[in-house]
Amino acid sequence: MPIDQPSDATRLPQHLTRWFADRGWTPHRHQLDLYERRDDPGMLLIAPTGGGKTLAGFLPTLAELGENPEPGLHTVYVSPLKALATDIRRNLSTPINDMGLTIRVEDRTGDTKATQKARQRVDPPHILLTTPESLALMLSYPEAPAIFGGVQRVVVDEIHALAESKRGDQLMLCLSRLQTISPHMRRVGLSATVEDPPALAGVLGHGSRVLLADPGPEPQIAMLETAELPPWSGMGGRHAARAVMDLVENANTTLIFINTRAQAELFFQAIWAVNSKNLPIGLHHGSLSREARLKVEQAMVAGEMRAIVCTGSLDLGIDWGNVDLVIQVGAPKNVKRLVQRIGRANHTYNAPSRAVLVPANRFEVLECRAALDAVAEHDLDGDTGRAGGLDVLCQHILLMACSGPVDPDALFAEVRTAGPYAGISRAEFDDCLEFCATGGYALKAYDRWRRLVERDGLYHLRDPRSARNLRMNVGTIVGTETLPVRLRGGGGTPLGEVEESFAASLVPGDTFLIGGQTVKFENLREMVVQVSRQPTREPRIAVFMGTKLATSTKLSERVIGILDAPGRWKSMPGYIGDWLDLQNHISRLPTPGRLLVETFQRQDRAHICVYGFAGRNAHQTLGLLLTRRMEEAGLDPLGFVSNDYALLIWGLQPVTNPAAMLTADDLRAGLDGWLASNAVMKRTFRNVATVAGLIERNMPGQRKTGRQATFSSDILYDTLLKYDPDHLLMRITRDEAARGLVDYGRIEDMLSRVEGRIDVVHAPHLTPLAAPLLLEVGKVPIRGSGRQKLEDQAVEELLAEAGLAVPAA
Amino acid sequence: MSHWPLLFHNANLSLNPTGSLWWEGESLLCVADLHLGKSERMARRGGSLLPPYETSETLDRLSREIDALEPRNVVCLGDSFDDLESAGALGEANTERLLAMMAGRNWIWITGNHDPGPVTLPGTHCAEHHLNGLVFRHIAEPDGVGEISGHYHPKARLRLRGVGISRPCFLVDGSRLILPAFGAFTGGLCTTDAAFADVMGNDALAVLTGTKTAAIPMPRPRRRARNQEMSKTRNFPLKTSGRPRKPLL
Repeated sequence: MPIDQPSDATRLPQHLTRWFADRGWTPHRHQLDLYERRDDPGMLLIAPTGGGKTLAGFLPTLAELGENPEPGLHTVYVSPLKALATDIRRNLSTPINDMGLTIRVEDRTGDTKATQKARQRVDPPHILLTTPESLALMLSYPEAPAIFGGVQRVVVDEIHALAESKRGDQLMLCLSRLQTISPHMRRVGLSATVEDPPALAGVLGHGSRVLLADPGPEPQIAMLETAELPPWSGMGGRHAARAVMDLVENANTTLIFINTRAQAELFFQAIWAVNSKNLPIGLHHGSLSREARLKVEQAMVAGEMRAIVCTGSLDLGIDWGNVDLVIQVGAPKNVKRLVQRIGRANHTYNAPSRAVLVPANRFEVLECRAALDAVAEHDLDGDTGRAGGLDVLCQHILLMACSGPVDPDALFAEVRTAGPYAGISRAEFDDCLEFCATGGYALKAYDRWRRLVERDGLYHLRDPRSARNLRMNVGTIVGTETLPVRLRGGGGTPLGEVEESFAASLVPGDTFLIGGQTVKFENLREMVVQVSRQPTREPRIAVFMGTKLATSTKLSERVIGILDAPGRWKSMPGYIGDWLDLQNHISRLPTPGRLLVETFQRQDRAHICVYGFAGRNAHQTLGLLLTRRMEEAGLDPLGFVSNDYALLIWGLQPVTNPAAMLTADDLRAGLDGWLASNAVMKRTFRNVATVAGLIERNMPGQRKTGRQATFSSDILYDTLLKYDPDHLLMRITRDEAARGLVDYGRIEDMLSRVEGRIDVVHAPHLTPLAAPLLLEVGKVPIRGSGRQKLEDQAVEELLAEAGLAVPAA
Repeated sequence: MSHWPLLFHNANLSLNPTGSLWWEGESLLCVADLHLGKSERMARRGGSLLPPYETSETLDRLSREIDALEPRNVVCLGDSFDDLESAGALGEANTERLLAMMAGRNWIWITGNHDPGPVTLPGTHCAEHHLNGLVFRHIAEPDGVGEISGHYHPKARLRLRGVGISRPCFLVDGSRLILPAFGAFTGGLCTTDAAFADVMGNDALAVLTGTKTAAIPMPRPRRRARNQEMSKTRNFPLKTSGRPRKPLL
């Protein structure tokens, strides 16, 4: 809670007060408040962008170090982005140099040179700027107590971005270790607006208290109405390019957020097509090469850009003071993220942020309306009470064993002080320890080759040389296998990266968009996608990084709320009201707490539409489960398609009693069977196995040699499923899939909310609400007796095409 | 079992969908690259503690072949054990299963780069095995003719009707036959890898394993110029030949 007392700069030490005064600045209230409470064991500062959060985090450090500090590490600053660490070093050196302080600030990330890393281990700076991964690595060295023994403060920047991920789990485990090494260490977390500040303070741990800065004036957000109506389906928002261009022309600097990378590429092309004034507009997303992204960022810092089309890659990072407009193209999917994005348009702390939402299709008009209401009511969504990942704990145990012998009791107690692991049981911890030591298999095959051996109650690394491999494996982000894209000839300028599976689908001559230009695929050589420029051809869409975000539960509930209240339709363009009136006439509208199911006949096909409002991923899963049940019931389903709101299945036979199909027990039974052999599970397993240290990461340079000696994680998964299905990693995989891409949790939530209150409408024909689904891309064909059969068939067709006979069986 | 029949240097061979080779005339079963004891070896060397079930899995597969075909002769084409120590560290149950399979059969262990010397198990240990004009060895040699080998773990990757397929495969051309790896946890080397460019002739076929076999021209690195050149010199178009060709080359 904010402290209610007069604050002025005189509370700061003299040299800091003078520095503020010399610049003609006054410290913000929350900067002083945080300084006042510098001796609290933990503080979480929540302040909007542009509020000087980072300086607030460092004021106590600058004050405590004084004008002539003793040598030794005083403050560790952790940021989720490498680039941020570098940027902060630059920003901090300004006041330090201005005040003539002898404070040494250095960064240490994956990009830091080996010589500097070695020196830092002997002679650490006063302030060390680092990332969660680099901190975990430093703590795995036996010298860690010597380096960190004197640490007084730790500052965690953008903690909201870390808190809900495995990176956050890892960081909090590391903070617990730091606290053990230096018991007097105080923690500061810096965060953008979140829905539940006390919960975030709980993640930061160590009894952290919340300090809320003045959030500034309410943002001005509007929904864009374009002359051309949004299409019925699709996500690109290209119809709005002209209108968005007008907005860009009338603003200083604009950030245009788009939900996926492929759509960002397409929108970037669309907006350049109407950029008649040739304004400098850049593109920024995670598939672009580092060089390309850096160039855009530098141009932005230098104030040379008028707009950037970007994805979540710019959700965090350097505050660009000159941004005065944020445009969100496509439904925001998540209110909290929208608020944080809007906060990026905050060129001065006390001016309101300006933002415009651009719905990409008609359903998204509803979602944008719901999001606007949610922002106005400060009703944010978020994950609640996510427990720390056990795979991350496995990695942590192994890294701690690298730094020295592990006492299980002491480590367990230490782990419990980390926010995400406060509720972990001793049994779970012991399972992780057992996995680290022996692999944790039902068959005690490795008792002789244990990775950790116990002597006098302490766990040691059996082979000290294995520490090197374990350190190489540090980190919780498992990248998809990507391949670099380069222009053929001319030294091969790097353009970016695409997924391996996307690259494998390319045929020479295929065109796709990357970095805003259309390129033609030439060949794949030595794991590099070689392309040439192809400016004229219409591109095939790059489907790199295919996972789409699902609309949050909160936002989905609000959308149903709007559908249920015709009085609120007036706040949206007229065509929306007409559309919903027609739906109400032909069928009915979904209502809160009930589940609407429509059946209708169209073109000899029986259709069934389930308005689950449970998000894209959950609907996809529900589609697979329901079609399985329909197949068992002999209803010959042929395919399905889903979006964030509904699921549409078509087949040869009508479903006469949908309610009987939608019982939680039967769906759950189907889930267990289907899930086990699902590709999503295998992908999840691969990530879990890599984080937990079962599989070593592909290191650059290792890939070309001895590739046949590597094994596929899919085979490991199949083997464990067959021989040891209750293995720790299998349990973690199942838990994660239930939340993640499979998202079964939301189906369960939906079914328990509905409690059998299912409204079935047998409509005379296709209904207005179901129509957009037919236009959705990503229809899933039902493969009957499975993928293998389809593959065999495809091979036979290829054989026939090549004139090769199929051998007699 | 829908095998792929192959007349190879006057021998009537069957390429099985499981990845094994059956020579009925000699009652001979041939498998490559079992890599028994792989997970144990990785653990022993301080690497990952992989699930230790792959040896039983591989032996399950092998015993199904042996039960179905009842061969008098079995040739293991090298890399049967992940290293020389693995043979002794299979564990009692696995060793007994292997010995039971070997009983009453002429069993030939070809040496490989992973198991370059004799192991403690019975059977004949040799670097090459010659039989009726064919030669069995671990790694294909530059001038090999009528040669049957393993080592590379070949797999073919295709994309058909939007479905990605990656399967272990046999590779065959006029002079040599390369078997896919039979062991679990063995991974594979894609046929587009440079290693195959020199080993396999331009007319090479890849015979895919799976529920049934299917042969396709061996997928190569996609280079249009090369394909055109190939069509010219070999005088057969790659895609539409009009008349069916026999797999015998």
